[in-house]
Amino acid sequence: MSFWNDPLKVAADWLEGVFTGWGMNADAAHVLVAFLGVFLLIAILMVIDIFLVWVERKVVARFQDRLGPNRVGPFGLIQPFADIIKLIIKEDTTPGNADKVVYNLAPILSMMSVLILWAVVPLAPVMLGTDLNVGALFLIAAGAIGTLSIIMAGWASNNKFALIGGFRQVAVMVSFEIPMLTVLMIPVIFAESMNMNAIIAAQSTWYFLISPLGALIFLVAAIAELGRAPFDLAEGESELVSGFNIEYSGMKFGMFYAGELLHAFTFGGFWAILFFGGYRFLGLEQVSPFLAILILIIKAMLGYWVIMWVKYTMMRIRIDQMLAFNWKFLTPLAFALLLVTALMNALLASAPAWLYTLGMILANIVTGWIAIEIARSATRSEREHIEGGKKPAEAHH
Amino acid sequence: MTAQQIIFILIALFTLGSAVMVVTTRNLVHAALWLVSTLFGVAAVYALLNANFIAVVQVVIYIGAIAILFIFAVMLTRKDMRDAGPQINKNWWAGVLVSLLVFGGLVYMLREWSGFTKTASELPPGFDSIGLLGEALVSPNAYVLPFEVASVLLLAALVGAVYVAFNPRAGNSDK
Repeated sequence: MSFWNDPLKVAADWLEGVFTGWGMNADAAHVLVAFLGVFLLIAILMVIDIFLVWVERKVVARFQDRLGPNRVGPFGLIQPFADIIKLIIKEDTTPGNADKVVYNLAPILSMMSVLILWAVVPLAPVMLGTDLNVGALFLIAAGAIGTLSIIMAGWASNNKFALIGGFRQVAVMVSFEIPMLTVLMIPVIFAESMNMNAIIAAQSTWYFLISPLGALIFLVAAIAELGRAPFDLAEGESELVSGFNIEYSGMKFGMFYAGELLHAFTFGGFWAILFFGGYRFLGLEQVSPFLAILILIIKAMLGYWVIMWVKYTMMRIRIDQMLAFNWKFLTPLAFALLLVTALMNALLASAPAWLYTLGMILANIVTGWIAIEIARSATRSEREHIEGGKKPAEAHH
Repeated sequence: MTAQQIIFILIALFTLGSAVMVVTTRNLVHAALWLVSTLFGVAAVYALLNANFIAVVQVVIYIGAIAILFIFAVMLTRKDMRDAGPQINKNWWAGVLVSLLVFGGLVYMLREWSGFTKTASELPPGFDSIGLLGEALVSPNAYVLPFEVASVLLLAALVGAVYVAFNPRAGNSDK
């Protein structure tokens, strides 16, 4: 086993050998090496996060027909470092009567809830934090901590706008967790495992091709979970000034901001893992683990780009529209899709691969089509109902 | 002591300390947040026992749903979240008695148990704990009946909540 085939294990074994060579207990060396591994992963993620700031600003500029940062360094690449220096030297304010401990804990928890997700991300077949057999559920569990951090920030700021923002975000997250959890079960049905690595290993054909509707619902729920437009009610600038993070300044605000960017990138990664084959691409992942990491990062970036595309194209929707959309459309659709998928999976269990794929795609299209038809007739009757009540004379025009 | 035992003791101290803080802090939101950290400690204990599914479900349900709703309700109900009244009532001696009895009973039962110094044996490779759990929950020979009864109970609670919240008159006045 050489370094190029399994770099993590070789490096860990070597380090453990060094530590035990210094007279350290084997158990303690093991824990220390695991700790160093976590430290390294987080350090790399934070460095990626710095460049995500640049990516986000550059992409939003393109969507808005601007150039974006282009003064500091080539293509404005040094701009995020200038931003960080600015954030660090900014005055760190705490509002009067704020709950200091909770106030300071919230940005840390927000960042942590994102970083903890990477514990289950398989970067390559042999490179992963932990081979957890409930990886899919872990995603939801980490989201719960994110929700907690936002409600803590909203409450501890001692600011009514922040509190309303926090409440809204919790309403969004608690609602959209349900379709997300339901749709997460679709790759689990196909792969017969909740383990992220097993889900990737089972994806000879991308699950996006078998369950396009599932991938779409996951993306919508992920965007809601991220609190990005069109679901960014928690920081609706036009109503709440800045929402839950209104009182935060300097690096504490930076933590929320960087956490959100990394969260979006992470969900791009999970979208890739669950529906686009993760690190697999034409067998290239077998060549080298480093190539596999590169493939995963490119796919995650593409997912992140789609999330940014939605964010900078869509307008913010109202909270009642959002809740109605989730509870009356997305949740029933996710349940129906899960039932149909499970049924088709059982019916087509012994069918050849092409028939299986075709049947699944047809089932998805039919489910989506029925859902849209029901939604359309419901909206039509709702519209007639409203227009008929308000201005009966104009209803015929 | 192995590394695992040290980690267990740290988690146990963290959980117990948080649990004490839940009942001693005077700020209701702080109490709810300490409850979250207690539940998190319990999840960590499950994880140490190789019960990954239970650990993650503990976080999803108890922290993601129940604790968040607690915090929500606490924030919505009161203006001043500091409780000024006495923290114990006149039945404190009964509580102390019951807890001492339970603790004494546990100590009595565990006094000859030899498992304190043992470490958990490694699970055999390929041991599908979550698959076995899933099969046990729907197998007629195992827990299908309790599982279904619990499902019906939760459904009834759900329907009841909708019924309580739904006001037919408000629905009609919409027209």
